Amino acid sequence: MRVAAVGLLVLAGCAGQSGSPIGGSGDAASKVYVAPGQYDEFYAFMSGGFSGQVTVYGLPSGRLLQQIPVFSQYPEKGYGYSEESKAMLTTSFGVVPWDDAHHPQLSATNGEYDGRWLFINGNNTPRIARLDLTRFETDEIIEIPNSGGGHASPFLTENTEYVVSATRFSVPTPQADVPIAGSKFGGLLSFVKVDPKSGHMALAFQIHMPGFNYDLSRAGKGPSHGWSFFSSYNSEEAKSLLEKNASQKDKDFIAAVNWKQAEQCVADGKAKQWPAKYAHNTRDENGVATSEMLTTATVLEPKDCPGIVYFLPTPKSPHGADVDPSGEFIVGGGKLATVLPVHSFSKMQKAIADKAFETEIDGVPVIRYEAVNACEVKNPGLGPLHTEFDDKGFAYTSVFLSSEIIKWDLKKCVVVDRTPTFYSIGHLMVPGGDTRKPYGKYVIALNKITKDRYLPTGPELTQSAQLYDITGDKMQLLLDFPTTGEPHYAQAILASKIKDQQLRTFALEANHHPDAVKAEKDVKVVREGTTVHIFMTAIRSHFMPDNIEGIQVGDEVYFHLTNLEQDWDVPHGFAVMGANTSELLVMPGQTQTITWKPTRAGVFPFYCTDFCSALHQEMQGYIRVSPKGSNTKIAYNTGQ
Amino acid sequence: MMPRWSRIVLALAAMGLATTYVAPLWHIALKAPQYPEGLGMYIWSSKITGELRSINGLNHYIGMKQIHPEAIPELRLMPQIVAGLVLLGLLAAAWGRRAGLYAWTVILLVGSLVGLADFWRWGYDYGHNLDPEAAIRIPGMSYQPPLIGPKQLLNFQATSWPATAGWFAIGAVMLAMALSVVEWRRARRVPA
Repeated sequence: MRVAAVGLLVLAGCAGQSGSPIGGSGDAASKVYVAPGQYDEFYAFMSGGFSGQVTVYGLPSGRLLQQIPVFSQYPEKGYGYSEESKAMLTTSFGVVPWDDAHHPQLSATNGEYDGRWLFINGNNTPRIARLDLTRFETDEIIEIPNSGGGHASPFLTENTEYVVSATRFSVPTPQADVPIAGSKFGGLLSFVKVDPKSGHMALAFQIHMPGFNYDLSRAGKGPSHGWSFFSSYNSEEAKSLLEKNASQKDKDFIAAVNWKQAEQCVADGKAKQWPAKYAHNTRDENGVATSEMLTTATVLEPKDCPGIVYFLPTPKSPHGADVDPSGEFIVGGGKLATVLPVHSFSKMQKAIADKAFETEIDGVPVIRYEAVNACEVKNPGLGPLHTEFDDKGFAYTSVFLSSEIIKWDLKKCVVVDRTPTFYSIGHLMVPGGDTRKPYGKYVIALNKITKDRYLPTGPELTQSAQLYDITGDKMQLLLDFPTTGEPHYAQAILASKIKDQQLRTFALEANHHPDAVKAEKDVKVVREGTTVHIFMTAIRSHFMPDNIEGIQVGDEVYFHLTNLEQDWDVPHGFAVMGANTSELLVMPGQTQTITWKPTRAGVFPFYCTDFCSALHQEMQGYIRVSPKGSNTKIAYNTGQ
Repeated sequence: MMPRWSRIVLALAAMGLATTYVAPLWHIALKAPQYPEGLGMYIWSSKITGELRSINGLNHYIGMKQIHPEAIPELRLMPQIVAGLVLLGLLAAAWGRRAGLYAWTVILLVGSLVGLADFWRWGYDYGHNLDPEAAIRIPGMSYQPPLIGPKQLLNFQATSWPATAGWFAIGAVMLAMALSVVEWRRARRVPA
């Protein structure tokens, strides 16, 4: 991707006009300056890209606030290593300790962010995760079966009825050992139901589509609520050298799916049950994750449920399929197109009523382009990708090859301003820019290439975002700031919407972890065969017990650590020498478990890794390991 | 006999004491650089609330004894004493004789002073009887919380003030004393 992009940059030539010197104008600093001790106006949730995580930034300062582990092991928090969190990374392929996180999506009610959850997709082994926004933790991950590459995901509906996942790599459906060339592949559009109270996800149904590459999606809103739109490319169904073979047709498609009707067809028994294998991982209120393996999927064939899906021809290899705040316009970002097509939802409905179809592909009617297209934005630059919207009737489209953002008038369908990005912008984001009521104010460019923008750090350079002020007629560059992984997409919510719901400590009384110890007098060490359970506590500034004997080489030792603190911002860390796992980072009132398999005799230290108090350096202990079969008794104490 | 309004004021003062059942008497606030939001301890007639667990946790550095409300007998006695004071005040109002008012005022005043002295004694005990093996030992340093007003204790600024029911109790004492003065003057002018 990068190599190709660099090559094409040369072709792209001039990157639009630059209104100010590179780096923005003189008063930019004051617009992003958040004084020490002051808070940012927005929380921005950025995909961590190939780090598999989510990062949280403050806007407009661009300060990194938190890194939330989602799809990848994260030893800093024991995520994916602790006994409690291990099951979160389970898939039908076993533990997959990494993924490629792309699109964060804030939960919505009536098309506006409600601050309850954040969803994000894993592209590689298709998964969707749900994060809690009172704790900033991953609570649930569901795998998507019958798919290859969960890219058009999670893109939730207006009231978070569904999160979706469409396959970027079509595969044999169902999976089979077949020759790659010449075999017919299928592409499934998956709808995952979200429980409105608990947020729990369940795969509701999948729509079996032609074997294209499904790329991005947005749900309808307002009048188009009940529909979802999926861009697709490779309608050529090429399986090799896609850069050429998938770029032959002048138009590919946006698939418009009537999910309300699909629900009805499923209720009417028109779907089939396919065998499938996919994991559903959930964490309970004590932070203990469990994994369930599910074995069937409900699949709808378009021909069995006429009217659930239509193809809207869209030039050329469209990437984004973005719906404006009114719900009327669907903007296709044709990455190889010379115009930016804007489709009309009301025209689409009329075309369906008039049966203005040009053909049908595998039971999916293709609506005539003129019958659905509202207008084409001329001169959008080279490689338009994604579009977001402000609160004043303007749209902002990222343009990859010419490396710029264009601002255009949604009603008049004309470009009114353009500004360069540094360099090769992918997604862009206006705070609230995919909702019915965008906040406006800023647009963030999420760039693929940084080149000369920062101090170089060897061959791998930092990833980067750029912040632009969009309150005036001209977009104004305010700030560059580095990001983690490749920041595919991001969403931002007003800080006031979630700031005050943040949990400070877990109530010790509400800790029902089966291995919790809530008072120092209750600590114990229990041997069961070659397994040893150490039920211990931490409070400033000691562990109880801190001297442990009777462990033998080859034992499997479980440290169950409860943090007895009930004070904000006093986590305790725990690490033992030679552990092949990670540390623990235990929040006040919480219990976590890490395993340790001692491989040699001796006395080994353990200690608190998170600076907790004036006597943090004293917060340590020893564990004695004897040779296998020795008669050293289990013994433990603190302060004796 | 006292006039009707004096008896009403006396009854109100007595009933004001009953706020101790629904509101705290005293508030000790602690502030430190790493506790910008502060820690608080509310002393009621029958219990101690607030961030007691955190305060106990911090106090162990200096070797202060843990504050366990269930180990403080005054918290069991005080509600009964207050009930007696309220009852006596209402009886004095019903009786209507000045002697009743004077007696109640004296009992209330003495009771309040004994209460404050007891509070100070507990504070002294916690602040001075420290574990000789504590991690932080500063020769000559004690950690008695202030009875009233602010005081710096190492990195903590401790501030102690009456809370809602405390103000009501102070109000009751002031009212009883003021009423006694008024009635005493009236008695000199108009022989009963």
